[in-house]
Amino acid sequence: MRDVAVVSFAQSPYVRNDTQRNEVEILMPVISDAIERSGIPRKEIGFTVSGSCDYLAGQPFAFVSALDAVGAWPPIRESHVEMDGAWALYEAWVQIQCGDVDSALIYAFGKSSLGDLRDVMTLQLDPYCVAPLWPDSISVAALQARAMLDAGRCTEGDMAEIAARSRRDGQSNAAAQLTGDFDTGALLREPYVVSPLRRHDCPPISDGAAAVVLAAGDLARRVSKRPAWISGIDHRIEPASLGVRDLTQSPSTKLAGERAGAVGVTLDVAELHAPFTHQELILREALGLGAGVRINPSGGALAANAVMVAGLARIGEAAVRIIDGSANRALAHATSGPCLQQNLVCVMEARL
Amino acid sequence: MSDPVMVIGTPIRLEYTFTAGEAQTRFLRALAEGKLIGQRCPSCLKVYIPPRGSCPTCAVPTQEAVQVSDRGTVTTFCIVNIPFPGQAIKPPFVAASVLLDGADIAIFHLLQEVDAADARMGMRVEAVWVPREELRASMESVRYFRPTGEPDAAYDSYKEHL
Repeated sequence: MRDVAVVSFAQSPYVRNDTQRNEVEILMPVISDAIERSGIPRKEIGFTVSGSCDYLAGQPFAFVSALDAVGAWPPIRESHVEMDGAWALYEAWVQIQCGDVDSALIYAFGKSSLGDLRDVMTLQLDPYCVAPLWPDSISVAALQARAMLDAGRCTEGDMAEIAARSRRDGQSNAAAQLTGDFDTGALLREPYVVSPLRRHDCPPISDGAAAVVLAAGDLARRVSKRPAWISGIDHRIEPASLGVRDLTQSPSTKLAGERAGAVGVTLDVAELHAPFTHQELILREALGLGAGVRINPSGGALAANAVMVAGLARIGEAAVRIIDGSANRALAHATSGPCLQQNLVCVMEARL
Repeated sequence: MSDPVMVIGTPIRLEYTFTAGEAQTRFLRALAEGKLIGQRCPSCLKVYIPPRGSCPTCAVPTQEAVQVSDRGTVTTFCIVNIPFPGQAIKPPFVAASVLLDGADIAIFHLLQEVDAADARMGMRVEAVWVPREELRASMESVRYFRPTGEPDAAYDSYKEHL
């Protein structure tokens, strides 16, 4: 296996509804920033790959026009996944493992505000027997939260504490959208959006973009004093049918974590992509994260959740804590699909 | 046993708000004033219309607004012979790529007041605008292009823009 590291990360500020800028205009400064921080000249980057979803913009092939932000002439080696950018990063990692490129630019963008997001997300469900009923994304997550409460795995108070911690931590993240000091008692007096989920249990709707640069071996060592070396990365998926899963467990996260080497090592930080409060508890258990692991210092997806971006941002947020010296080993997680259907785990470390 | 279900209909309707963005907003507002506004790349100096706020070749933001002419040259075209639902014009009609004077990228629009058989590459054309009071922030402010009657442009003048 080749040694591959995250050498830079950049993201836009996340906002509820960016009515001024289109996707290309949001992306351009983010991509330029990530490339500049990487120290690798733009023309020397070997591979470019993006993650986005055309259903967010409501335009077929919307991802193609985003290439205007990249500078694709003379022709570059380029790819796209109709998934969160974390999976684009996985593709880039595989490309670098194949040995014909030494670096890659990964970017993700999502204007979640353009349509009714709760309905847009319905279209990821089984199109024959489930989607025609139009269960919206919050109702589907509420089924999972209800299963957690019924199983005695958490209380609504536990969930409110996760929301309060995320919003509090988001205050030190300049890019975060929903931040501040909130009293859990006050949060619990709010009405349900979809029982048992209150507003604070749900992620904000966010517009934004993120970009990461990966580099292999000597190149990473040359451009970065402290690259965030990827010691393991893996992703796993569960059945699409919600009825055949135990929604209180995440076996795909557990398996991906084991394969990525997250078990039996000391982790300083974990950035978990848990758009709903109760999902953080499922993920922490699946990954065996104890009290010594700092969870989501960025505020996580509860502080900003640009769809298709939030997973890649978790990898970037975890990586910068290694790059800046505040952590020696970090775990990043990304999710996709309803109720944590698909999960990616990436473990990164400093090597001295 | 009853017949198996072979087909189901699952109607889907989603509504979106389109964000034109800063560059295209300027372009659209200018159309409401009867002007065509593009942007020049500060690096390669190409003029893009409609502008997208970036140069896709150089990957730099484009900011300088440039008014281009409402006259130009047909670089390529197609004759639409096939009727389809919702068609506004009776076929055959001509859809053409028009390289406006002062621009480096062609726009796609209708070519009218010409027999389809006479449409050709290099043909000089001009925009026919809607009446002043009907102008709005839409490409529909230009009803169509029509021949100017000028001699055809030399192939060399537009061969880089095909």
